[in-house]
Amino acid sequence: MASTDQLTSRVDASGKPHKRAELYGPANIPWVYWVLGFILLLMPVVASNFVLFQIFGWAFILGMVALSLMFLGGYGGMVSLVQMSVAGLAAYMVAVFGHSGVVQISLGWPWWLTVPVALAIATLFGTITGALAVRTAGIYTIMITLAIATAFFYFVRQNYGVFNGFNGFNQVLPPQLFGVDWRQPVPIYYLTLFFATLAYFVVIYVARTPFGLALQGVRDNPRRMAALGFNVTAHRIAAYAFASFIAAVAGVLLVWLNAQISPGTVAVGPAIDILVIAVIGGIRHPIGPFIGALIFVVLRTFALDVLVLVGIPGERFQLLVGLAFLAIVFWSPDGILGLWPRFRDRMRAASSLTAERDRRL
Amino acid sequence: MAVSVAQRLSAAGTANALELRGVTRMFGALAALTDVSLTVRPGERRAVLGSNGAGKTTLFNCITGDFLPTLGTIRLFGEDVTEFPAYERIRRGLRRTYQISLLFTGLSVLDNIYLACRGVSRGRFSLIRPRRNEALMHSAEQLATAVHLIDVRDTKVAELSYGQQRQLEIALALAGAPRFILFDEPAAGLSPTERRELIEILTNLPAHIGYIIIEHDMDVALRVSESVTMMHNGRIFKEGRPSEIESDPEVQELYLGGGHG
Repeated sequence: MASTDQLTSRVDASGKPHKRAELYGPANIPWVYWVLGFILLLMPVVASNFVLFQIFGWAFILGMVALSLMFLGGYGGMVSLVQMSVAGLAAYMVAVFGHSGVVQISLGWPWWLTVPVALAIATLFGTITGALAVRTAGIYTIMITLAIATAFFYFVRQNYGVFNGFNGFNQVLPPQLFGVDWRQPVPIYYLTLFFATLAYFVVIYVARTPFGLALQGVRDNPRRMAALGFNVTAHRIAAYAFASFIAAVAGVLLVWLNAQISPGTVAVGPAIDILVIAVIGGIRHPIGPFIGALIFVVLRTFALDVLVLVGIPGERFQLLVGLAFLAIVFWSPDGILGLWPRFRDRMRAASSLTAERDRRL
Repeated sequence: MAVSVAQRLSAAGTANALELRGVTRMFGALAALTDVSLTVRPGERRAVLGSNGAGKTTLFNCITGDFLPTLGTIRLFGEDVTEFPAYERIRRGLRRTYQISLLFTGLSVLDNIYLACRGVSRGRFSLIRPRRNEALMHSAEQLATAVHLIDVRDTKVAELSYGQQRQLEIALALAGAPRFILFDEPAAGLSPTERRELIEILTNLPAHIGYIIIEHDMDVALRVSESVTMMHNGRIFKEGRPSEIESDPEVQELYLGGGHG
């Protein structure tokens, strides 16, 4: 039936026609996915360990945290600054329940118990934050989530009983599963790639489910959603729970990649970095946060060298990040994603002009 | 969808569709509604008339639960729903349309109707995508056909014409198994052809579905209703059959004489 085909391929978050069909046969996968998939899978052949670990590992993880913000912001119309805290709490819980260098606190549970508990606690934290935040809108949601993120930072820095205060935890290592040392660059590259890809496709899928559609309805018109029989508050809280789970998974990967977790990871700066990443990439489509994260990590890693090269003290690398942010927001309020349709339209206009000329000749 | 027509009719037969007792709504010191008592039988079709500021839309907002009345009780099919949130009233068979279309402009026509169908059925939080041949999807397509929007079902709502948006507004109110509908000026801004279509849709509704219609166009209002309530300054001013209201000298002076006829 043609109607259902159209149904599943109608809109993405931006409401633009979306060519992905519901049938997941190879023929229905757009060429972009093939190309991108091959590049990402074969990356370890060409890229150095440093790039795999420090650039892509971090980009996938920060991209997932930003993806959870994109889900809330892009589909739900709720900007939450607490996502990094949720990820950080999951990371802390992995260290507290599992193994770390701080033997007097860490309980030494096996990973298969530690990880679900960490995910559950972090998701619960994000959901409770959501329950507090959803009754507000716009700037007040940002303020409440920022306040909670800030409180969380000061709490973990001052609490020595559970969070080990200023020092945090070191030597938090991923499990040696299947005889693989998952902290080696290539394994952790594939591990983070796998979960980032999974999170991406889950978000794409959920956006078209009744839950995702209703969330977009709540974003567009909460009053009307209530008049259609939807419990708007419950829906928003559920969105926080869903997004928090993604952030929590990213948090577990973060502590494994970094091998440590300390208050600096959940400070206000990193919380805002997540927003910057999502905005740089674009919050209208789930790919945006990953593009933003890659740009952010590249800038963060190489800005120092560039600055030293032109004779500016290297510690001012945030300046470059800020300038890039400013430039992108100024020229394309929809982030990098917003550049693509513009570029495409321009190309189309150009090609139709040349076609016109060719016909005349 | 699970409720059969027979069940609905028997449920509808046991109590008044809508019963307002002494409903008052204050906005600060301003009384938008004062001591409004109103009874509508199951299946009854009532027009509410009155000049701008008479409190008609406030009355609707109180009935749907967009905000609570300051005083008074509201019963829906015998059940006291005064303190219920809007979504609980909707799930009990109440529906409404809005004077200014409140639609999901970023979604397509069919998505809008699908959401309306989903809102009054199970699986509102479902994480499974709608399948081919899903019952709700069929209902959504049937509704799109009923309001003449099937040809534009995949169009984004922002791109619809004004008249089409008004029709979609009605489709959303017909989703699921409505028992009582509040129409807030459905004919406003429609062309003569669209008005005829609207009258057709309203008169062809199943007999057990009652409604209240706010309408400035007397031609539409009196043709689709069997009883009329006149409102003035937040109070009920007169009730009667369309013919009585039309010929009432007080009404003519107050309302029809005001250039609305």
